[in-house]
Amino acid sequence: MRELTYLEAVREAMSQEMRQNEDVFILGEDIGVYGGAFGVTRGMIEEFGPERIRNTPISEAAISGTAVGAALTGMRPILELQFSDFMTIAMDNMVNQAAKIRYMYGGKGKVPMVLRTPAGSGTGAAAQHSQSLEAWMAHVPGLKVVQPSTAYDAKGLLKAAIDEDNPVIFYEHKLCYKTTSDVPEELYSIPLGKADIKREGSDVTIVATAIMVHKALEAAAKLEEQEISVEVIDPRTLVPLDTETIIESVKKTGRLVVVHEAVKRGGFGGEIASTIAESEAFDYLDAPIMRLGGKAVPIPYNPELEKSAIPGVDDIVAAVKETLNRH
Amino acid sequence: MTQLTNIPAHLKKTDLTHLLKQMWQIRFFEEKVDEFFAKGMIHGTTHLAVGQEASAVGSIAVLQERDKITSTHRGHGHCIAKGAEVNRMMAELFGRTTGYCKGKGGSMHIADVDKGNLGANGIVGGGFAIATGAALTSQMKNEGYVVLCFFGDGASNEGSFHEALNLASIWKLPVVFVCENNQYGMSGPAKEMMNVEDVAKRAAAYGVPGKVVDGNDVFDVMNGVGEAVERARNGEGPSIIEAKTYRWKGHSKSDAKKYRTREEEQEWRAKDPIARLRDALIGEGLLTEESAAEIKAAAKKEIEDSVEFSKASPMPTIEDLMEDIYA
Repeated sequence: MRELTYLEAVREAMSQEMRQNEDVFILGEDIGVYGGAFGVTRGMIEEFGPERIRNTPISEAAISGTAVGAALTGMRPILELQFSDFMTIAMDNMVNQAAKIRYMYGGKGKVPMVLRTPAGSGTGAAAQHSQSLEAWMAHVPGLKVVQPSTAYDAKGLLKAAIDEDNPVIFYEHKLCYKTTSDVPEELYSIPLGKADIKREGSDVTIVATAIMVHKALEAAAKLEEQEISVEVIDPRTLVPLDTETIIESVKKTGRLVVVHEAVKRGGFGGEIASTIAESEAFDYLDAPIMRLGGKAVPIPYNPELEKSAIPGVDDIVAAVKETLNRH
Repeated sequence: MTQLTNIPAHLKKTDLTHLLKQMWQIRFFEEKVDEFFAKGMIHGTTHLAVGQEASAVGSIAVLQERDKITSTHRGHGHCIAKGAEVNRMMAELFGRTTGYCKGKGGSMHIADVDKGNLGANGIVGGGFAIATGAALTSQMKNEGYVVLCFFGDGASNEGSFHEALNLASIWKLPVVFVCENNQYGMSGPAKEMMNVEDVAKRAAAYGVPGKVVDGNDVFDVMNGVGEAVERARNGEGPSIIEAKTYRWKGHSKSDAKKYRTREEEQEWRAKDPIARLRDALIGEGLLTEESAAEIKAAAKKEIEDSVEFSKASPMPTIEDLMEDIYA
């Protein structure tokens, strides 16, 4: 199998889907000849033309609402928001319109749209271009929230998201864009709501999302040298959440560390931790659940400060050891 | 009482009596709703458009069946004019399963997607981009329909107005923005909230036509909106039509109307759009006093029947609560 970068996998999923479904189109800022802020749509306007690769004005409120209206009337739009921080400007359309239309209308109408957007820190883009706000969206009934960590997952999950008849927020971590994995050439779908065990282990379960999956795997490799066996689970989708896979893992290991880049306070890690605390896995816990998340600070510009605002590999190693020292 | 503009020549007698009947239906529907709120028979809130019937009926009268609308929080009139069944509307306000939204939406969220009513909206300015998106579908799929986007004077101060007007104008989308300027955004007088007298003047900023019509003259509304709809259908892009009108009642169910005088209200009540149409039709010899009274009585009966229908309809059960969130 050939290797693709995460970025190429996202592009390939969209291109293959657009070749087979006329209703799918992309709209967003600078996605035309420029190729998008991160280059994800590069080359697509040449193949699909400006009708289906719609370069828009800088109007996040209008383009998000336009995607909602187009979806409601039979299209399957993919909206690219340049940075997930700009969700604040698209928020009304996603939270008050897209998420609620079907319910408010008593089950009539559907909003099959995907909002793709790069999230996370690590690029020196500072406080307004580096956030991880996925917990906001996961809080809203009516939306689905996807956070792939690998190229393989990105392609399969994006295909599933485009096929969904509901609004999906699809977070692409910027530092994942250059990561590579084996990606099949044909179009395939990974169902939303199915976690992936990225590494099997028996002593501690780590549930990690997005870029933290990679850091957790690094930490697991280090811990293996010290004969500590770590299981790493990537939920891949926050809504719906595959609680079963996480519960089964915790029942096996008796220890849980949850790690995400988003600010720990009010972050989705709290949801995962409390899901376990409320579940049958609680009786299997040998130590308190530990959560690692970003510090409650805007992401700073200085690279050293930026790094220290979010969990690193050493923090994960330390957390795993701490949980092993608790009885 | 002010004379109406000339009756459009192409209208048949049946069309004219239909206009009058719809306006009476709206008036009686809303007066009934007002009465029920006062008696505590309906809960929640509602926004009445009593006095504004001509802008809803006149605008929609020029549409074809396939055309679509987006409505506002003050949307009962739009809904009736677009052909909704008053039984199902009233049942919705009573929170019954036979309502348009199975009792889950209430007054502010009535939609009839199958008939091209993409929904009322509880967010002021929420419809601009949705209408733009629905118009994009029409253009991309070559479906030939036009979208009417109703909005108020207050909504034209929302950012979404500017973003959507700009987007719709650069893409020449088949959408007509119909401003029902009823002089007040809740308690805020339009003349204090914007530095131009006419919302229609704002059209100049987008290089599209903007026209003011007498919102209490159903024929003036039809002529203005009709021209804009034809333009949109011919691929010439959006327009703004501003119908100057007045809401007789308060903003919502609790409003002491301290922000305006009783004299001003009386001035506008003298311009009652229904009485003006009735008198014009009798004046032209198209109706007699008796036939006008019959139309009025028939409209009243339909609303009374809708109340009986609603009272006899089942309430939703707890099992319905979690249905319809996702498609």
